Amino acid sequence: MTMAPVQSIQARLRLAYDQFDLDVDLNLPASGVTVLFGHSGSGKTTLLRCIAGLERPTQGFLKIGDTLWQDSDSDFFQPTHQRNLAYVFQEANLFPHLSVRGNLDYAVRRLRAKDRVFSLEQAIELLAIGPLLERLPARLSGGERQRVAIARALAASPDVLLMDEPLASLDEQRKQDILPYLTGLHQNLQIPILYVTHSLQEVNQLADHLLVMAAGKALACGPLAETLTRLDGPMALDRQAASVWQGKLISHEAEYHLSHAEFAGGSLSLPYLDMPVGSPVRIRIYARDVSITLQPPEASSILNILPARVLALSEMGQGQTVVQLAVGDEVLLAHITQKSAMLLGVQPGMAVYVQIKGTSIVR
Amino acid sequence: MLNAADLDTLFLTFRVASLATLLLLLLGTPLAWKLARSRSRWKGVINSVVALPLVLPPTVLGFYLLVLMGPAGVVGKFTLWLGIGTLPFSFGGLVVASVLYSLPFVVQPLQNAFVAMGEAPLEAAATLGAGPLDRFFSVALPLAKPGFLTAGVLGFTHTVGEFGVVLMVGGNIPDKTRVVSVQIYNHVEALEYGQAHWLAGGLLIFSFLVLLLLYNSQQTQTLTQSLK
Repeated sequence: MTMAPVQSIQARLRLAYDQFDLDVDLNLPASGVTVLFGHSGSGKTTLLRCIAGLERPTQGFLKIGDTLWQDSDSDFFQPTHQRNLAYVFQEANLFPHLSVRGNLDYAVRRLRAKDRVFSLEQAIELLAIGPLLERLPARLSGGERQRVAIARALAASPDVLLMDEPLASLDEQRKQDILPYLTGLHQNLQIPILYVTHSLQEVNQLADHLLVMAAGKALACGPLAETLTRLDGPMALDRQAASVWQGKLISHEAEYHLSHAEFAGGSLSLPYLDMPVGSPVRIRIYARDVSITLQPPEASSILNILPARVLALSEMGQGQTVVQLAVGDEVLLAHITQKSAMLLGVQPGMAVYVQIKGTSIVR
Repeated sequence: MLNAADLDTLFLTFRVASLATLLLLLLGTPLAWKLARSRSRWKGVINSVVALPLVLPPTVLGFYLLVLMGPAGVVGKFTLWLGIGTLPFSFGGLVVASVLYSLPFVVQPLQNAFVAMGEAPLEAAATLGAGPLDRFFSVALPLAKPGFLTAGVLGFTHTVGEFGVVLMVGGNIPDKTRVVSVQIYNHVEALEYGQAHWLAGGLLIFSFLVLLLLYNSQQTQTLTQSLK
């Protein structure tokens, strides 16, 4: 038996804080991973803590599906322990006096949900912490601690999983160890995940939806591919701007150490991927790695050349222009110089070819 | 050797200190918890009142307790109304005075332990469905265990070692209020140095052993650290 999935997350929250006022009016999707992205001090963690009830917004309306968690108009505030959520903290925040098993049992003994979406065994298996059960948190590595914290959160069978920079305190190697577990969660969990990070890498890798925050406000909010490539959004103008495409592996060309994948925008050659044909892949294409030509180049060292149509363009300053292109059913960003844009006469509606100099697989 | 009167004082001292420690832990825990969590501007006032016995001459505390608990004092009138007589020069009065006198030695280690654990584990417990009382018993108490050990040991030994307050409030009544420290004073007054040595030396060794146990059981650097 499973509970009815949460329909959507409505959050209208205001909180006067030291440096800024958190002030958001959001309608977040109730499935998949919504990444709350922003620099430190943008209010993303405060927003997450407000949703958890760990901070009490002065003005707030918060509804998870059909369940009301806060309505300051009628003076209603559900305390944290009565909200069926789970929270993974930046520091794993395990109970130091309890073993790993004790930490998991702590959650299981206090189940708020009538029906469990997740069994303890599933959580242990998904995070591969079986061998750690009898250890005390002090005897775990940073990565292991965080895996236990995630398993403990799942064991609570929450309606929504809140994660506050769960990888931020880990070194690069540990991050790479944990990320597969997080993408695994994504594929196995029906519940929505709100994930706070300041890492674009994690955005590209994990997000289905993206909420960009700055100074306590929401700058942009929407599906990942769309939010990354919106010219009026903050992401497209960033030097690190990139498009993320989701597709599947269709063939290997081992002699050239290449793999081929099919996307809604066309098929691309990728560096060899040690995965079976048919596997889903997600790639990131930096806007600075995309160039534009008017004719299909007859001979080029670049393998990935696709026909495209210019949707819009915008000046970024410092002689740079960002061009938004439709490639099949995908949207792609290109950063080109202002001079190139002028010489080519790039206009919305124009048919062009894009050359993609590099791709990286993010998932 | 210890005579029968000496053994009686030892037994009485043990009873007073045990009861006082029990009461101190029962009263001190919620007080320390409130003080550790509170951001009220009254916090400074309460903290100062709790810490007063650290700096006051015991006779000052004893004097005011005597006045308050005497037949004309507020507390004395109340205890008379309850029909239990007045507290000074009784076992009960001794326990009440001990509790007040040793309060900072129990409250401060507990308060420090509660502050040191921070909000994080309590927040984690809340997100996992633990209500306030549940959080206190399942997380705060176990994490503050070293603080409780320090508080209990200091409360007990400090009560055993008190003299001024006891003399003022309890007097020197055999079997009722005559504790070890007072008995040592009696022996010295009577120039019975041999008898005094047995009790004083015993107290010295007892205190040393208890502190040794405390230091070895945890990585506390200094007691003042737990008293800060």
